[in-house]
Amino acid sequence: MNQKKVGKQTYLFSRPLPILSSAAVVGKKEGDGPLGNYFDEIVLDPLYGERSWELGESKMVRRAMDLALAQINLAYGDLDIMFGGDLLNQIIAANFAARHVPVPFFGLFGACSTFSEALALAGIALDGDFVSQVLVTASSHYQTAERQFRYPTELGVQRKPTAHWTVTGAVATIVGSSGSGVALTGITVGQVIDMGIKDVNDMGSAMAPAAVDTIQQHLQDTGRQPSYYDVIATGDLGSLGKGLAQDMLAEAGYDVENNYTDCGVLIFNPDQDTHAGGSGCACSAAVFSGYFYPRLMNGNLQRMLLVSTGALLSPTSYQQGESIPAIAHAVAIEKV
Amino acid sequence: MAAENQTRKQQKYQRRVQQKKPKPPVVRNVIAAFVVGGLICVIGQVILNFCCALGLSVQEAGAPTAAVMVALGSLLTGLGWYDELGKFAGAGSAVPITGFANSVVSPALEFKREGFILGVGARMFVVAGPVLVYGTLTSVMVGFVHWLVKSR
Repeated sequence: MNQKKVGKQTYLFSRPLPILSSAAVVGKKEGDGPLGNYFDEIVLDPLYGERSWELGESKMVRRAMDLALAQINLAYGDLDIMFGGDLLNQIIAANFAARHVPVPFFGLFGACSTFSEALALAGIALDGDFVSQVLVTASSHYQTAERQFRYPTELGVQRKPTAHWTVTGAVATIVGSSGSGVALTGITVGQVIDMGIKDVNDMGSAMAPAAVDTIQQHLQDTGRQPSYYDVIATGDLGSLGKGLAQDMLAEAGYDVENNYTDCGVLIFNPDQDTHAGGSGCACSAAVFSGYFYPRLMNGNLQRMLLVSTGALLSPTSYQQGESIPAIAHAVAIEKV
Repeated sequence: MAAENQTRKQQKYQRRVQQKKPKPPVVRNVIAAFVVGGLICVIGQVILNFCCALGLSVQEAGAPTAAVMVALGSLLTGLGWYDELGKFAGAGSAVPITGFANSVVSPALEFKREGFILGVGARMFVVAGPVLVYGTLTSVMVGFVHWLVKSR
């Protein structure tokens, strides 16, 4: 047994699991960013016509699910299961979206690592032949995250240069059990790493060691060189965390200078007043769905390692003076 | 995780982060705070002088001036402008009384959707509450010291 597990934390699937479709719905600021043209839909109103920002975020999830299904002419009845999550207490954006659809549901919380966590679990369920079509969702929303984790949105505070800007958006991705195209080929499950960082305005530094740990473990487990991948993309380390991760990987003997990037750095322009960059579940999800997935489809990229990163803190934990544990899960996605 | 329990590896990483961390633009922030904070005070002074011109003494004019400034801060918060000002000016717009109004009105707006009791009522002082508690405590302590010194 155990023939699919290689090394310590990596599973290689017995066959490529194709990503059948993927849709990203994002907010206005993301639409104004450098990747604005690549997203499926841009929602200008943060409320999205709903009564509260939380319901607005949930509606974005539903919209992304509808779009992902429509791309391949499937109905909700064709899906075997869905994995989804977000940043809100009790993951209400995902839960409330799931209450509208007749699909068995696993709710996930992996903070901003949720998208790769969900893809990884989808891969396991598919490769285990339990299911044949899986829906994966991830969402985040600037206003809902601000009011839960930080301050009221209208409070006049100055942000630190290391602070992130939560990406408003929702992504739905459908993964199938066989076929060609762009497919999941393996995953590396991350461990929770805590390097004692306590500054809630500096998530990049808190998460960088988790990303480095998972990337290193993935390369070690598979025996691959970083150059195996055209792109290694972390989720939302931002400018500071990205630099730290790159330095640490270099010190460990992995040269990633040419193929390493970070979704949090890609999604906003430096002049958009987002400081270190984007964050949130939707950050890596939307950048993958809108930017990388089409490039894998058309052959511009052959292989990528998506490493969504999550800071596993809560308002309670940081008010009680706890440091910020972090996690990163890696998903290998290849053109087959 | 308490500082004494930190491993060498964690301490080493934290030193690395400190070295790489971009520093906030202190000079720019101080100048912006000085100019904006000063301007807010000038507006307050104009209102105070206006009240005096209407026949109030300087001491009497304090209360209506504060009320007008609080109303202004609240209005700008409601219009969604005060947070933009705060982003630019930092302490310059947080310290004056208009900033206090912003700290009360912004959570009141934010939590309106949770209802008037558990939302607005319970959360209104989530930011300003500590200022009120420790401000009151400090004033009592100062009053006590004043009483001790005076009663000698």
